[in-house]
Amino acid sequence: MSLDADEVKKIAYLARLKIDEADIPGYVSNLSNILDLVEQMNAVDTTGVLPMSHPLDAVQRLREDKITETNQRERFQAIAPATEDGLYLVPQVIE
Amino acid sequence: MSYDSNWEVVIGLEIHCQLATKSKIFSGSSTAYGAEPNTQANAVDLALPGVLPVFNKEALRLAVKFGLAVDAEIGLRSVFDRKNYFYPDSPKAYQITQMDHPIVGKGHMDIELENGETKRIGITRAHLEEDAGKSMHGTYHGMTGIDLNRAGTPLIEIVSEPDMSSAKEAVAYMKKIHSLVRYIEISDGNMQEGSFRCDANVSVRPKGQKEFGTRTELKNINSFRFVEKAINIEIERQIDLIEDGGKVIQETRLYDADKNETRSMRSKEEANDYRYFPDPDLLPVVIDEAYVEQVRSELPELPEQKKQRYMSEYDLSAYDAGVITASRELADYYETVAAKAGDAKLAANWVTGELAAKLNREEVEITEAKVPAEAFAGLLLRIKDDTISGKIAKDVFEAMWNGEGSADEVIESKGLKQISDSSAIEAMVDEVIVNNPSQFAELKGGKDKMMGFFVGQVMKASGGKANPGQVNAIMRKRLEE
Repeated sequence: MSLDADEVKKIAYLARLKIDEADIPGYVSNLSNILDLVEQMNAVDTTGVLPMSHPLDAVQRLREDKITETNQRERFQAIAPATEDGLYLVPQVIE
Repeated sequence: MSYDSNWEVVIGLEIHCQLATKSKIFSGSSTAYGAEPNTQANAVDLALPGVLPVFNKEALRLAVKFGLAVDAEIGLRSVFDRKNYFYPDSPKAYQITQMDHPIVGKGHMDIELENGETKRIGITRAHLEEDAGKSMHGTYHGMTGIDLNRAGTPLIEIVSEPDMSSAKEAVAYMKKIHSLVRYIEISDGNMQEGSFRCDANVSVRPKGQKEFGTRTELKNINSFRFVEKAINIEIERQIDLIEDGGKVIQETRLYDADKNETRSMRSKEEANDYRYFPDPDLLPVVIDEAYVEQVRSELPELPEQKKQRYMSEYDLSAYDAGVITASRELADYYETVAAKAGDAKLAANWVTGELAAKLNREEVEITEAKVPAEAFAGLLLRIKDDTISGKIAKDVFEAMWNGEGSADEVIESKGLKQISDSSAIEAMVDEVIVNNPSQFAELKGGKDKMMGFFVGQVMKASGGKANPGQVNAIMRKRLEE
């Protein structure tokens, strides 16, 4: 399976990555190679094999439902580019 | 609805229900509503580098409890995934949710239709996920303000099958789920605060067609009234569009309550490729049958079970039993009244009648009723022992609601005790007969309707205090004389 330049641009846009036009052919071939590898793996018979959702053979540790965090807004907002009335300000998003 | 019967409507709902935990799903921040902006948003909620989510035990328990209450398969091994999208109310640029292995699988919920029939609505799944923050538009010199207190609040998203075929059915289903989550105490269900909200997938197709029409998704509807209005207006829009030769586009739409219209949210469209993958920060959640059984044993009697019990144990109608069991608080109130008054039917009549009407008029919940269950039972006892008539009891109830004391105190202070002294009633009956000779002649002549007139006159003469049964009996006696 191979990707074309438009698909690479779409993937970059979805990930909010800026890529140079000149680098696109390189991405096209590298990403296509990865998909080819996946294609090869698809050929393996996996009947009876449970899908692996995590490389560690372990299960999730659970946390008690306790409030352990205190208000540290001032410290967090000290490193934010813009704040007002306790809110983080970001470029306008229009619905 | 006014659309003609050539069209069939298909609706599925996605209900987002906030789980009643103290802390967030993956962090130790408080989930309490209404705090100052961003005072409950810590490093994990803000997605600062290097933080790791740790799953909240209680969120797991509440989700399993929901699954059991809708008779669903429970995922003994569930997996968290990342749903990727960019929006400032989600600082990680992804939402942690569950895609392929949700905690709750296939279940169902029965709803009652207007014609009295029951319809089973399939529940496809319910998965655990985190809520996003809140955006404030418009007031910050052209910028958007972000409050991340809500980010990371635990939710279950309850996805239904496309089994509903009208806005009314959708509302009935949503109400049933709402009542259930409060019954089993997994959520406060507070719709104003956003603890319970829904998205509706709506499509139409010509009657008889097998394939679904193209659907649109109505986002974030947070009241029962708006669900019905939004769906109806969207159905109308789609039918008009198709009948005019147009085509429905699959898209997300927003309901505008002020204009009563839905409109496209184009901004969400481009991002509609979420590239789900398992979240490497979280391991699979594994539970065993013993755990599931433990949670099952914590389930209270469910609304449907309670309803069936009221019908068999108390001999209530399906309708009355349904009304009373719609809220756990009302059912508790009713059971106290029925037990203390020793008359389940009388209690049901009064709870679904006078009490429900009063709550409605005053716009208060049963928990705020000014007459507690014990006092209410006291009133019914006086009806039962013929101290007062049902009619007078309504006045007594009103006085009790206004804080004028117990039923006995009100009856005593207002002198409302029913006249059961037969000689007194006989005297009143005779007086009414003497004053209305022609009507009495008609009654004697066989005009039975006149009976009502006489009983009414006697009741009036007694100020409503005569025992109506006795008045009737004495009138009959006079007729035979």
